[in-house]
Amino acid sequence: MNKMPALLCAVIALYALNGCSGRTTSSVASGSPAPASTLTSGAAANPVAGVQRAFTPPSEAEIPSGPLGDTIREGRDIFVDTPAHASAYVGNTLSCSNCHLDAGRLANSAPLWGAYGMYPQFRKKNGHVNTFGERLQGCFRFSMNGKVPPLDSAEIVALETYSWWMAKGAPVGVKLNGAGYPKQGFKPPQPPDYARGEKVYAANCALCHGADGQGQQVAGRNVFPPLWGPQSFNWGAGMHELDNAAAFIKANMPLSRGGTLTDQDAWDVAMFMNAHERPQDPRYTGNLAETRAKYHDDRNSLYGTEVNGHLLGSPPAKQ
Amino acid sequence: MAGAGNPRLAGLNAAYLQKQLDDFAGGTRASAMMQATAKALSEDERQALAAYYSKQPIPPLLAKPSESPPAADGAGAVLATRGRWSQQVPACVQCHGPGGVGVGEHFPPLAGQSATYIEAQLRAWQRGTRHNDPLQLMQHLSAVLSEQDIQAVAEWFAAQPLTAKGATP
Repeated sequence: MNKMPALLCAVIALYALNGCSGRTTSSVASGSPAPASTLTSGAAANPVAGVQRAFTPPSEAEIPSGPLGDTIREGRDIFVDTPAHASAYVGNTLSCSNCHLDAGRLANSAPLWGAYGMYPQFRKKNGHVNTFGERLQGCFRFSMNGKVPPLDSAEIVALETYSWWMAKGAPVGVKLNGAGYPKQGFKPPQPPDYARGEKVYAANCALCHGADGQGQQVAGRNVFPPLWGPQSFNWGAGMHELDNAAAFIKANMPLSRGGTLTDQDAWDVAMFMNAHERPQDPRYTGNLAETRAKYHDDRNSLYGTEVNGHLLGSPPAKQ
Repeated sequence: MAGAGNPRLAGLNAAYLQKQLDDFAGGTRASAMMQATAKALSEDERQALAAYYSKQPIPPLLAKPSESPPAADGAGAVLATRGRWSQQVPACVQCHGPGGVGVGEHFPPLAGQSATYIEAQLRAWQRGTRHNDPLQLMQHLSAVLSEQDIQAVAEWFAAQPLTAKGATP
């Protein structure tokens, strides 16, 4: 049987921790003068998980003036137009904000305020404890199909500062409501199906992303991002995993109509998207089956499997 | 004519223009003037008209920035370039392109378009007198907009030069 995804295990562990701790979050808000961000707790959202914490990040207008504010704004600039502001480290045409909507602020769209306080964290993906900076490096290597910026580079510092600012007032080490993509317990009623996904795509996605999945560009820049092919995320990115893609799609797509696709439609179209070719996993060992066994031994990855007569991830496309 | 709320047609995408004429004829877009006109045209004539207008040059005046542009941090600018995600409203430019220059056959340019026209269309989406939008995107978005939102965002786009190249959020 397939292994349970590592993140899910981690999340369950955190839920258990929250349930046992019985802590309240009232102390976070009290004593601090007029917090820009708000934190509330309530069990209604997920009775299984126990106490849940909702968080509202500060508004963009609250970014302070001065050098710190300048770096926060620089981080935002990189986040919403990554090829223009971090060109040395980007290998495709995507921007962070393509998968983290509202400039990294939107709940259920892997918001920065939901991620920042969860690091340092042990990640099964690379087998060691990752700082938030290293996690950002992973985004460049895989999602941006690019190069890893040094931890002390202006780009990482700015992104980390922007994330820190957005998470101000949030508790550390606590899974917040709306963090990540909502994939807990989100299963396909039937196994995801390419042919059904193709129809869902034509009806709901092609309008913006194009029948060929390559998005739409104005003056050489994406308005709608490519979903596969040489300008999209590579085979090592989290979005190539069906559970991540399905949860993101269900919650957020079509843009402004999140929550309108059925669960089955979201899984089917996630499978359709991720059954297309994309840039090689930078960890490719030279052998597809070996690379799958080492990094993709999970039902949520189609890498190294055959779909419609094509072996995905092969031939290794050197971009 | 812009003051009267008649939109610029010159340079718009031909497929978009033809769809609008077809939709006037079919009734999914209401207009006393245009419905009667479009119904009187054959499908071939609608296609020819759309092709004709799409090839007309954009008036040079529209490439110039407005002399009295709305505030960069005003309500219109925020809605246009940031959106209001608490109500599932993306930034307008996320679909209509940087500065509202228009994208492909489904997302017409808003930059330099008549503010009166943009306002009228947003109200038509709200009321349902215009319901020819793909995936009902505009009907849903406009439902949460206030009258002030509509005026502010229309004014902002009307003032944008057609050569605008802003950041894509």
